[in-house]
Amino acid sequence: MTTFDLNGKTVSVQSPDDAALLWVIRDELGLTGTKFGCGIGFCGACTVHVEGRATRSCITPVAAVAGAKITTIEGLDPAGNHPLQTAWLELQVPQCGYCQPGQIMQAATLLKDFPNPTDQDINAVMAGSVCRCMTYIRIRKAIKLAAARMRGDTSHD
Amino acid sequence: MIRRVSIAILVTACFMLAGLLLLAWRPSIAPIEPPSPSSFSAELVAKGEALSAAGHCASCHTQPGGQLFAGGYRLNTPFGAIFGTNITPDPKTGIGVWSLEAFTRAMREGVARDGSHLLPAFPYYAFTKLSDDDVRGLYAYLMTRPAVNSTVPANTLPFPLNIRAFQEGWKILFFRSTRYQADPSKSAEWNRGAYLAEGLADCTGCHTPRNPLGAEEVERAYTGAVIEGWIAPALTEANPSPVPWTQEELFTYLRTGVTSLHGATGATMTPVIRGALALPVVPDSDIRAIALYFSGMDRASARANDVDATTREAVASSYVSSDQAENDPNADRYASACMSCHYNAGPTPLASRPELALNSSLMLAEPTNFIQVVLNGVTNTATIDNTQGARGLVMPEYGSSLTDGEIAGLAAYLRRTRTKYPPWSDLEKKVAAIRRESAASR
Repeated sequence: MTTFDLNGKTVSVQSPDDAALLWVIRDELGLTGTKFGCGIGFCGACTVHVEGRATRSCITPVAAVAGAKITTIEGLDPAGNHPLQTAWLELQVPQCGYCQPGQIMQAATLLKDFPNPTDQDINAVMAGSVCRCMTYIRIRKAIKLAAARMRGDTSHD
Repeated sequence: MIRRVSIAILVTACFMLAGLLLLAWRPSIAPIEPPSPSSFSAELVAKGEALSAAGHCASCHTQPGGQLFAGGYRLNTPFGAIFGTNITPDPKTGIGVWSLEAFTRAMREGVARDGSHLLPAFPYYAFTKLSDDDVRGLYAYLMTRPAVNSTVPANTLPFPLNIRAFQEGWKILFFRSTRYQADPSKSAEWNRGAYLAEGLADCTGCHTPRNPLGAEEVERAYTGAVIEGWIAPALTEANPSPVPWTQEELFTYLRTGVTSLHGATGATMTPVIRGALALPVVPDSDIRAIALYFSGMDRASARANDVDATTREAVASSYVSSDQAENDPNADRYASACMSCHYNAGPTPLASRPELALNSSLMLAEPTNFIQVVLNGVTNTATIDNTQGARGLVMPEYGSSLTDGEIAGLAAYLRRTRTKYPPWSDLEKKVAAIRRESAASR
C-alpha cells in the first residue's frame, strides 16, 4: 500500500509497488485527464508533476512517489485558470486534444525553470511531448503568451 | 620420509592453529544492569548525537523503514551477507548490558562484550582513532535511545569465514589500534576534518579499494571502489568530475545531497548524507572541516581555474537540435526521452536539472553508475525525503522502455558528446549484466 498527496489530498492506494503511477491515477483513483500514449516515456502524454517537476507517470512505479506531492492536469489550477490553460483556450491550441494535458503539464515546469523561454528552451523542454495533430505552432505561441502574462508583461496580448 | 614430513607439517599446522586461537581469545566482560538514561548528562548525550550523525551509525545499524539502531540492514560483501547489529539498549537483543568498558573495547579493538571478534564490516579500525571523550559521548547517546527487542538475521558467511576467532588473523595482518594524531603543519579546521573523516565517518570504508581479504589497499587510499553494484568515485585528484570539488561545493553536497555543478547523491551514499551528515545536529563547522580535508585531497583550489568556461561548455552540450537528432538515433532518443529534464540554458545549470556533462557518472572509467540510473531510475522505496538524487526529484526507470542495445547506444553517445574521455568498452554486455544483477537483488 502506498500513500501520497494527490492534488492536495492524501490518498492511499492498494495497487502493487511496481504498478505504473499512470494506471494508479487513472484506474484506482479515477482521474482520467492524464493519458496513456506509448507506455515507455517517449511521448509525454502521461506527464504529471511530482513535487512540482514534470515526470512521465507511465514509467514511474507508484512506490517511487510514496510521501510525495503529485499534481495532475485536474489539479494544476483549482478552477482550470492556470495562465497556460487560459492561453491554450484563447489560441485554440488543441485539435483532438489527446496530448494536451501532457503538453500543459510539461509547459508548466518549463515556465518554472525558464520564465522567459527562448525558442531553443521551448524546443528542448517540450521535445519529449509529441502531438500527432501537429499543433506545435500554437503550443509555442500559447507558451509564450502564458509566460508573458506570468511575468506581468502584457505587451504580448 | 614423506610420512614424517607430512606428520611434521600437520603437527606444525595444529600448533599454529592453537597459537592463533590462543591469541584470538578475549575475556568476556561482565554484563551490567542497563544504565538509567538519567545517569548521563544532557551535554554528553547531545555530543554523542552529533557524533552519531557525523559517523552515520544509522546507515548500517538501522534498516530502511525500521526502528532506529535496531539493526537488520543487509550489507552485501564479496564474502557473503552481513547484517548490521542491534545497538539499542535492549538487554537481550541489543547492547543494554554492555558497560562503557565493553563498548570502548568494541570501538577500539573490534571485540564484542562476550569476547568474540567483530567483523571488519564494522569499521573499528577507524573508530579506534576516536578520543575517549567522543567514545563516552557515543555510549551515552546509544544507551539513552529507545530499547528495541529485535533479533537480526544470521550472517551468511561460509566456513571458515564464519569462525570469529579467525578474525584475529585478519587483525594481526591489517589492524593497529591507534588514536588520531594531529598534523601540526595543518590548520585546526583541517585536523578536525581529518579526525571526523578518518575516525568517525570512515569515508575510506567505501572510497578505498580492498584486497581479496577485504582489507583496504592503503597505498591506493581514496582512489574509489565498487560498492553494491555502484562506483564510489575517487576522492583524490583522480576524481574525474569536470569541476573540481572545492570546499564550498563539498560543503553544499554534504549538507544537501546535491549541487548544480556536480549533480546529486545516489545509491548507498544517500543515507550517509540525507540520514546523517545533513542532519541539523551536525554543526556546519564540522561539515566545513570535512569538506576542507577532502578539497585538499583532490587539490581542488589548484584546479579551479576555468570553472565558468567548463560550466558554459557543459550547459551548451545539453541541447540537441532536431537536425542533430535526425542524423543519429541515439541523439534522437536523448532528445525524446532525456532532454526535457536534462536540458540547461546558461550560464549555470539548475540543481533541479542535473547537468549530464558535469556529472561523474559519464566521466568514470566504467559506465556502471550511468547504467544503474537509466535502468532503475533515481528513487528508492522509502519516503520522498530520502529520495536518491536531489530531494523530491524522481527520475523514472527506463529499464522496461529501452533495450540493452539502446541503453548502450545512449551511453556511448553521451560519453562521446559530453566528455573528453575515451569510449567505454563492452557496453551492451555491461548493461545486460547490471540488468540481471538488479533483477536478482529486488
